Amino acid sequence: MISRIVLTTGLLLVLIGLWGMLTHRNILRIIIGFSLMGTGTHIVIVAIGYVANGTAPIIDRALSVSEATSRAVDPVPSALAVTAIVIGMAVTAVMLAYAIRLYECRKTLSIDAFTESKW
Amino acid sequence: MIRRLSIVIALVSFGLVFASLVAGYAERQSPRPLAEGYIRLVPQELGAANVVTGILLTYRAFDTLGEVAVLFMVAASVGLVLGGERPPRGVRSEVRPDAARPSSEIVQTGTQILVPLISIFAAYIIMNGHLTAGGGFQGGAVIASGVLLVLLAYPQYQPDLEFLGITESVAGALFVLAGIAGLIVADGFLDNRILPLGQFGAFFSAGAIPVLSALLGIKVGCELSVILERFRP
Repeated sequence: MISRIVLTTGLLLVLIGLWGMLTHRNILRIIIGFSLMGTGTHIVIVAIGYVANGTAPIIDRALSVSEATSRAVDPVPSALAVTAIVIGMAVTAVMLAYAIRLYECRKTLSIDAFTESKW
Repeated sequence: MIRRLSIVIALVSFGLVFASLVAGYAERQSPRPLAEGYIRLVPQELGAANVVTGILLTYRAFDTLGEVAVLFMVAASVGLVLGGERPPRGVRSEVRPDAARPSSEIVQTGTQILVPLISIFAAYIIMNGHLTAGGGFQGGAVIASGVLLVLLAYPQYQPDLEFLGITESVAGALFVLAGIAGLIVADGFLDNRILPLGQFGAFFSAGAIPVLSALLGIKVGCELSVILERFRP
């Protein structure tokens, strides 16, 4: 049940990000839309790794080794989400660097000012 | 009008695909065989309490190395894009002479109190990655947040880019050397059993995972700090 809610939230975030990217003309808003979409996919990745009544895959007093295989959630999507967050941050940094350069070039952040590669 | 219509159509079709995904989703009652294998093997073979860190720093450590390479590439490309000659930005500060005034005393004092705490917290996160939630990437990001706070509170502050670059390179080289040592002493590249596994759950345990975690944290922290510094006008 809980993972279905999380999954829906993640997919809604993806949709909101897509809407933001498609409707806004300001490059910074497009970047924010892209980041929202990325965050949504991270939430989806974590949601599909959930196992019913599972807990974090960390062995300690609350989770002994013997019952870990039945009570822990899937650790692979969690590891993947860590990777995805770092790469998402890297992509955002590069996008922002280009946004700064584009602003210096045209003195505007509107994407309508950049028509060279439009077809 | 046509543009808006096509946007609506695209969003609605994506929404339909997602809705069918949610409708067809069923929560798993038991872990997948792969997950079960990892959960069983990480405490047994690697002696790490945190299964996710065990995967990231031993079984999939080669991917982590590639990810660090991506971060390095981003630091380099941000430097390439934002470096070089920039158009002069003096026009604005002439209009507003107070543009470069120092931050207020409250901000400065708050920074002086918070930055040591943030650094200690980052060290805690990095060094306990094999026991609780945490690890090199997370702790490195916390270090970078401390650097960001300093950069915001003291706009004139210049981080030593050369020092950061050298530290980062040394950490990266040691990471790869630890991997090669695993190839010679243990079972494969980036195997953590080059050091004794120790007692399960103790601070010094899980073989080379705390060492790799520390190296990764240092490297990520330096790289993110360099990226943040590049974004300064």
